[in-house]
Amino acid sequence: MHEKETGVMAKMSFEDAATRYGAEPGGGAPTKVKITFIDSQGQARTVEGEVGSTVMETARRNDIPEIAAECGGACACATCHVYVDENWTEKAGKASQMEEDMLDFAFDVKPNSRLCCQITVRPELEGLVVTTPAQQG
Amino acid sequence: MNQLKEAAIETDVVIVGAGPAGLFSVFELGLLDIKAHVIDILPRAGGQCSELYPEKPIYDIPGLPICTGQELTDNLLKQIEPFRPTFHFNEMVETLVSLGTPEKPEFRLSTDAGKIFHARVVVIAAGGGSFQPKKPPIPKIDAYEGKSVFYAVRRMEDFRDKNVVIVGGGDSALDWTLNLQPVAKSLTLVHRRDQFRAAPHSVSAMQELVAAGKIDFRLGQITAVEGEDGELMRATLKGNDGVEQQIACERLMPFFGLTMKLGPVADWGLQLNENLIPVDTEKFETSHAGIFAVGDINSYPGKLKLILSGFHEAALAAQKAHRYVYPDKKLLFQYTTSSTNLQKKLGVS
Repeated sequence: MHEKETGVMAKMSFEDAATRYGAEPGGGAPTKVKITFIDSQGQARTVEGEVGSTVMETARRNDIPEIAAECGGACACATCHVYVDENWTEKAGKASQMEEDMLDFAFDVKPNSRLCCQITVRPELEGLVVTTPAQQG
Repeated sequence: MNQLKEAAIETDVVIVGAGPAGLFSVFELGLLDIKAHVIDILPRAGGQCSELYPEKPIYDIPGLPICTGQELTDNLLKQIEPFRPTFHFNEMVETLVSLGTPEKPEFRLSTDAGKIFHARVVVIAAGGGSFQPKKPPIPKIDAYEGKSVFYAVRRMEDFRDKNVVIVGGGDSALDWTLNLQPVAKSLTLVHRRDQFRAAPHSVSAMQELVAAGKIDFRLGQITAVEGEDGELMRATLKGNDGVEQQIACERLMPFFGLTMKLGPVADWGLQLNENLIPVDTEKFETSHAGIFAVGDINSYPGKLKLILSGFHEAALAAQKAHRYVYPDKKLLFQYTTSSTNLQKKLGVS
């Protein structure tokens, strides 16, 4: 009996979490933000990124092309290179020293270049726009 | 044919790839008395663990709450020591030809270093493929590769009295800047910024050469090349200020690190699915009897690209490999904890 109850409670809390995921009826910080990836041919794809994950993970989950992310997010390969739209460079933040070092292995690096495995999705990035380069690896 | 036979290295199994899945395959096969030769394109064992994240922590190895990629590699090497695998580093398996039958497989493998192997079974543990130099997006660069565009130096003489351009800011770029400067006619180092992710003494040695006017350092990138019949003549340097300029360039060396390419595996006649090798989940055998695929390179329903999956796959593949290598022997399932037989093999009993 006790076990059964625990099971039900676990299920309820899971559903509770599922309901809260995405929308927050009672106010509070959003858990998802819209991110737009523009590919090297100019095609835009807008997807939802989960707050707390990274822009790279968001891209991979949504099958965004031109993001290779070979190392899986270890900041060790420079194949998730993006150009952050100029309206967003400040909010997205600057590359860390480690990221700058790794950007040496990316092609056609510009002042707004970032490795998107190093950009954490935050509520203030709602509407973020990044462009992907034609060649990552 | 006789000559080939003589030159060939005879072994029970060739393991392609020395990452965690390949290394643990040595262990599981070794417990079953199957001797391994391991071939990897990198200069050391560890695969992605040592190439991509040697210092970064891994948290999901069962029984090891935290360890770095390098620690995991070192421990695996220690674990497989009793089985004395033979490693062939800096080599890539180019061809894999089947000589046997599905019941009695036999394979001939050749590497880009000219070695030939004869093996009863093959375990492909090639991860994301082979690590190869990244090629910069310069139009028509392929036409010059191997003749005047190089990603590694094989012969210094190729650079003597040439106008050499090196692109990059890491250890490879700086080491070759320092080594080639004395033989080159001129040397230009091109990098996107004036900071270098390289050994400090290399950086200061390079800066001294710049100060002495012996090499040229330019901020920017190479965007185009010009030449004839594979021989470069000029390159277009686009400065960080956006200004383009032609510079003399007869030898170009771009150093942008490594990337994973499936490579020759694609030509071995195996069934592929989106650059992965489909296997069954009982034996982790490919579409070809006697060829197994373990770790990140295989695919099956529910596959997770985790190191621990590679370990499990290696253990099961070894069971079937035993049937091929020792068709007349019965395989007894044993535990390392209690089997004196296994403990002898491990050198602990």
